[in-house]
Amino acid sequence: MTEPRTPTVGPLAKNRIGLVRADYDGSKTTLCPGCGHNAITGGIIQAAFEAGLEPSRVAKLSGIGCSSKTPAYFLGHSHGFNAVHGRMPSIATGVRAANRELLLIGVSGDGDTASIGLGQFCHLVRRNVPVVYIIENNGVYGLTKGQFSATADVGSTTKGGLVNDMMPIDCCAIAIQLGCGFVARSFSGDQKQLRPLLKAAFAHRGTAVIDVISPCVTFADHEGSTKSYAAVKQTDAPLHDIDFVPFYEDIHVDYEPGTTREVTMPDGSHIVLKKLAEDYDPTSREGAMAALEEGRRERRLITGLLHVNPQTLPFEDELRLVDEPLAALTLEQVRPPRRVLDEVMEQLRTGKGLTAPSGGG
Amino acid sequence: MKPVVNDFSITVATVNGSGSQTANTVLLRAIFQMGIPVSGKNLFPSNIAGLPTWFTIRVSGAGYVARRRETDLLVVMNPETAAEDVAAMGPGGVIVLNEQIPTPPIPPDRIVYRVPMVKLMEPITADIKLRRLVVNMIYVGVLAELLGLAEAEIERALDAQLGRKPKALALNHQAVRAGWEWARANLEKKDPLRLERMNATAGKILIDGNTAAALGAMFGGVTVVTWYPITPSSSLVEALIGYLERFRRDPATGKASFAVIQAEDEIAAIGMVLGAGWAGARAMTSTSGPGLSLMTEFAGYGYYAEIPAVIWDIQRIGPSTGLPTRTSQADVRFVHGLSHGDTRHPVLLPSSVRDCYEFGAIAFDLAERLQTPVFVLSDLDLGMNNWMADPFPYPERAWDRGKVLGDRELAELSKFERYRDVDGDGIPYRTLPGQVRDPRGAYFTRGSGHDEAARYTESPEVYVRNMERLARKLDTARALLPAPVIEQDPGASVGLIAFGSSHWAVIEARDRLREAGVPTSYLLLKAMPFAREVAAFVESHDRVYVVEQNRDGQMAELVRLEVPARAARVRSVRHFDGLPIDARSVVEGILEQEADGAAPRRGAPKVAEGAAR
Repeated sequence: MTEPRTPTVGPLAKNRIGLVRADYDGSKTTLCPGCGHNAITGGIIQAAFEAGLEPSRVAKLSGIGCSSKTPAYFLGHSHGFNAVHGRMPSIATGVRAANRELLLIGVSGDGDTASIGLGQFCHLVRRNVPVVYIIENNGVYGLTKGQFSATADVGSTTKGGLVNDMMPIDCCAIAIQLGCGFVARSFSGDQKQLRPLLKAAFAHRGTAVIDVISPCVTFADHEGSTKSYAAVKQTDAPLHDIDFVPFYEDIHVDYEPGTTREVTMPDGSHIVLKKLAEDYDPTSREGAMAALEEGRRERRLITGLLHVNPQTLPFEDELRLVDEPLAALTLEQVRPPRRVLDEVMEQLRTGKGLTAPSGGG
Repeated sequence: MKPVVNDFSITVATVNGSGSQTANTVLLRAIFQMGIPVSGKNLFPSNIAGLPTWFTIRVSGAGYVARRRETDLLVVMNPETAAEDVAAMGPGGVIVLNEQIPTPPIPPDRIVYRVPMVKLMEPITADIKLRRLVVNMIYVGVLAELLGLAEAEIERALDAQLGRKPKALALNHQAVRAGWEWARANLEKKDPLRLERMNATAGKILIDGNTAAALGAMFGGVTVVTWYPITPSSSLVEALIGYLERFRRDPATGKASFAVIQAEDEIAAIGMVLGAGWAGARAMTSTSGPGLSLMTEFAGYGYYAEIPAVIWDIQRIGPSTGLPTRTSQADVRFVHGLSHGDTRHPVLLPSSVRDCYEFGAIAFDLAERLQTPVFVLSDLDLGMNNWMADPFPYPERAWDRGKVLGDRELAELSKFERYRDVDGDGIPYRTLPGQVRDPRGAYFTRGSGHDEAARYTESPEVYVRNMERLARKLDTARALLPAPVIEQDPGASVGLIAFGSSHWAVIEARDRLREAGVPTSYLLLKAMPFAREVAAFVESHDRVYVVEQNRDGQMAELVRLEVPARAARVRSVRHFDGLPIDARSVVEGILEQEADGAAPRRGAPKVAEGAAR
């Protein structure tokens, strides 16, 4: 008798750590049917499964809003943290400081990131805290019924007919400007692009920002909305086709020479970018900013890996932390010995070796 | 003239940023080294340089270290406030005057020593800037001669301060000596103030509460520290950074067993603490009023989602920006219930530098045991001023990490539910992300309604059950928190209740009250919610005065709520002008009400006059 072969496709297919796709499921979604966010949730589940993420090594984080509900809908065997509005970045920073071995997946929305949480978003990026930061961007506040968010395009309208006259906040442009080493934009309807981007983001050592345009079927899918399914399909302008080759797979080169760009990630994975109309170099920050500006001017939605620099210094290296998670240190590792207290007490007794306290206000 | 030995106060009126700090520290330390109990308080403006500042030194053979309302010896170094400073001195007051400073006519019953300080500096250095900084050492020399401050102790104190900077040391030495020699040759001692050696400070340390708190946190095993700079809290984290860098970074690898993160604001600071606490780190932040206001939303999250966190509040005067460099105890009510909804937090109330040290460590034990944010309510007076203390003991106890389940414990359970009250004490069990592989160990933390298994719910029954469990948990806390310290006087019908830095004025006031025929019992609060003893204490006295440093008698209100049937017994003594509370204000506040014999007055009390700074 021969051993039954492990299926490589279908619901019984196992990934490299022996889990099936269902092991990455969460609870049932409570969002509107057809919501772009559900497609992103599906993309995260598939990407996590394909990448063989260990659920116990993942922490899911979010803020408040429709998008921020979604971590309940994927990776049910991972710890989750649904924070307060706009403040997921500070939670992520604390979690990462406590445990540098956790892979953090943060899900936020355009209201959560670009308005109430813009400050925390910027500082997360500045600190380069390793988080896969997914913005589910639909240009409206869904949970409070359709008010504009700060990413709404000039000229876009609400369902009730109000027109937005203010410049949108482009989270990708901000991230690039602040030195982020992984900045991508995608569309919830383009899983072929989203999945490899997610897997590449999992391999990045630093903040990885993926702004995913995710139409709101209830409040922003009308004519006049620039983030409706129809509008996005019409204006989507991918920079390249993306493949992700994980470190544990041999790279098969079956591309024509000169038609691809490759980016090697610190863990040995490769991102393969296949050229489309023009050759786009994502390692150039200036080029990325120019592409975004051009897209905005021409009302095209530029998607793909906008900017990548796998060599940025991650947060925990900047802090020069010990290799093991701070949360796992023993008392002996964190309580200095008696002679240290004796030394300090002697200084306080004699006044020697003390620095004077300072005033100010 | 009867000599006044080891019992007087000195005020140095100077200008912020003028370099007087070294001089004042030398004075303080030299007196301390003579074995005489001493305390020093820096009354400084919200300013880097140029505004008036006062340093007060209390010398007390009896060991009183609270601020004295009266100044016995005034050193006038600031032309801008000279008139006001001099006018505040009563008859018999001693004034050391930098001769170059113009003052209005001084009544003849004040004792004035005019010192040509600027002229004395001329031969010491030609550098104008240095002259301005070092001139302060002239008054140190003059006071040494006038008061009988031992020369050797000044030199030791100076050496300890500046030993690592030989050039500065020599210059300062010269200035002290110049003041000294000039005083010896030219001044005739007309005042009664004297220093005489004692043996009351042997082995003791001088430390401020913020530094003590930092030490406590380090020995308590802190691993994540977040902060946003704010007076008067910054020096806590700065001291902590200093100690952690020295003692918790491996010199061989350069790697740290701690993370210090300067946040973009206090919202982020507490967010980081909650994230780190959730993931299993011992995490803390330190702030003051305005920062605390920003932390409000997350404080409620921490309470409801049950995440350990330690938050120090070094109180300063509010509302709003208030007087940023003046002390206060007005955050009591706010901190206890910080956030919307039915939020309630355990609050520790350190009253000494020793408490700051010990609470610095046990706050983590309590936060992890109770799985909730624990606030530590210090204040500017306790946090930033120098206090005498016995050397701190090394912590003998291991730490308490609370109810944390690992894979081994999970394997023995049929199921894990994050918010199930298994033990009946209101405290559930938790797991740490990344530290359990058992898929049953994962749970979803949220600030929205949740059931025992941490699932989202809006069920009315589940909400009520959960909130009642949280109340039960706070009840459990009462017995775990530091107990109040009670001194019963069997003959006393009057009881005093105080907390924090008010303690030192109260113990002095009790001695004065006893002399005035009013013996008192005393309960020193160490934490909220109150221990059972608080109600019993009120029960056993006819009148109870709650002494505190805020306008509204906030702690008195909380005590009344604790003993509704006896609320009328609870009276209030309040001091809230931003200067540290003094014993005279306490005595007067109590005697006035004792004389009235009337029901407690609930209106705004009289503002205690700052007779002298």
